[in-house]
Amino acid sequence: MAAILPVLILFLWEGLSRAGVLSEDGFSRPSDWAVALVKALADGTLLTQTVETFGAAAQALLISSLLGISIGAVLGLVRPLERAAQLTVDALRPIPSVALIPLSLLVFGFSREMSAAVAAFACFWPILIVTIASVRGVDPRLLEVGKMLRFSWVQRIWKLALPAALPGILVGVRVAAGIAIVVTVTTEIVTNPRGLGHGMTLAALGLQADLVWATLIWIGIVGWGVNWSLLRIK
Amino acid sequence: MRRALSAGASLAFFCLLLLAWKLSADAKLLNPLWFPGPERSFGKLWEWITTGALWQPLGSTVWRMFAGWLAACVAGVALGAAIASSPIARRLFQPSAEFLRPLPASAILPPAILILGLSDAMIVFVVAFGCVWPILLGAIQGFGSLDRRLVEVSRLMNFNSWTRAWKFQLPAALPDIFAGMRVSIAIALIVTVASEMLSSQPGIGYLMLVAARAFRSADIFAGIIVLGALGFATHYALQKLEQRLLRWRY
Repeated sequence: MAAILPVLILFLWEGLSRAGVLSEDGFSRPSDWAVALVKALADGTLLTQTVETFGAAAQALLISSLLGISIGAVLGLVRPLERAAQLTVDALRPIPSVALIPLSLLVFGFSREMSAAVAAFACFWPILIVTIASVRGVDPRLLEVGKMLRFSWVQRIWKLALPAALPGILVGVRVAAGIAIVVTVTTEIVTNPRGLGHGMTLAALGLQADLVWATLIWIGIVGWGVNWSLLRIK
Repeated sequence: MRRALSAGASLAFFCLLLLAWKLSADAKLLNPLWFPGPERSFGKLWEWITTGALWQPLGSTVWRMFAGWLAACVAGVALGAAIASSPIARRLFQPSAEFLRPLPASAILPPAILILGLSDAMIVFVVAFGCVWPILLGAIQGFGSLDRRLVEVSRLMNFNSWTRAWKFQLPAALPDIFAGMRVSIAIALIVTVASEMLSSQPGIGYLMLVAARAFRSADIFAGIIVLGALGFATHYALQKLEQRLLRWRY
């Protein structure tokens, strides 16, 4: 049932293209996509690009998790500080991540770090907000026990608050993982000459429509696979 | 009193960060080539405003963003209502929509450029494509979960299907639709800016990328401030609109 619609569209596409209704330069043909996809998979370009993109996304997720969880834990435990930081968070959060592409380009040049920095900014906010909420939801009695045991501040966060808040935090990290890939691909398409995104831009510049569509479908499959496996982990 | 205190603390914290920004820029802790202080950044913004250099690119960006987003709203709600009305359509469309949703909206930029060329229409189309999924899925959810008793009431009152859709189904679906619209307006801004950068169409995004190539860091920061303000304003306006339209819920 789920496959009916996509298959129907692909056949219609193929037919209209062969009938000359859809121009071949832009729309290409699904049968050509399949050939291009197999070719790009076989010669390894697609896989190298995928590794590149995922490396940058993973780096972004790691940085944003470290920053988001540690800052979120402090803000979640210290209410006055969280209230004081509210305005700053509200002012910075609406900045669209892509607005940082030019800045990141100046700072890091064309590199993996460039994509990772932009994606890390995008991932930071959901992780921060979820961490604040989950840490605040930790039973206060647990923290009082920590006080009675004369735990230091760091120990109380590390040994009590964070483990108790972990399930909630992981939800935020999972959301951020999807964002990391989306933003990484976006930076690659726009400027950064590496990864899957750049592969598409390059193919488009070379007017290889079949490769453009093949890469797009590959990104869709990979993205869907990541989403699916993240849901399974839960 | 407490609220005033908390607002004061918020403002103080914000100013403290601004001060830290200024001091670290003045002390050249970070490379001044790409890290201008706040007075240079806001000065640039003020210059844009007073010379009027800001308005045309901002206008283009806002126009593309809203054109794409509104098209996605109309298409998403209409399609969502149609899909939700029949269980077969639902089972036919929903898996495809779920598959397309995690796809980065910007990933359809290269094929869109091949088909539509480097044009305004291309950007609006890509923005609409990126925005439509959250709204569509929200609409399917919203129209699909109408209370059965409401349907019976509308039958009893002999409403025709248009009145029924307008008076019962749309209001009931609005909260879910708004949730999708709020996600989408953020996507619209991101995709608009990314498209401008890639296709060199005049707008705030393109302005910033040109500034980066010329190492004009103050322009970049001024652009970031403008885009942040735009993101904030659209989110806030939509929130207010939602509160007005859904007053009956609160």
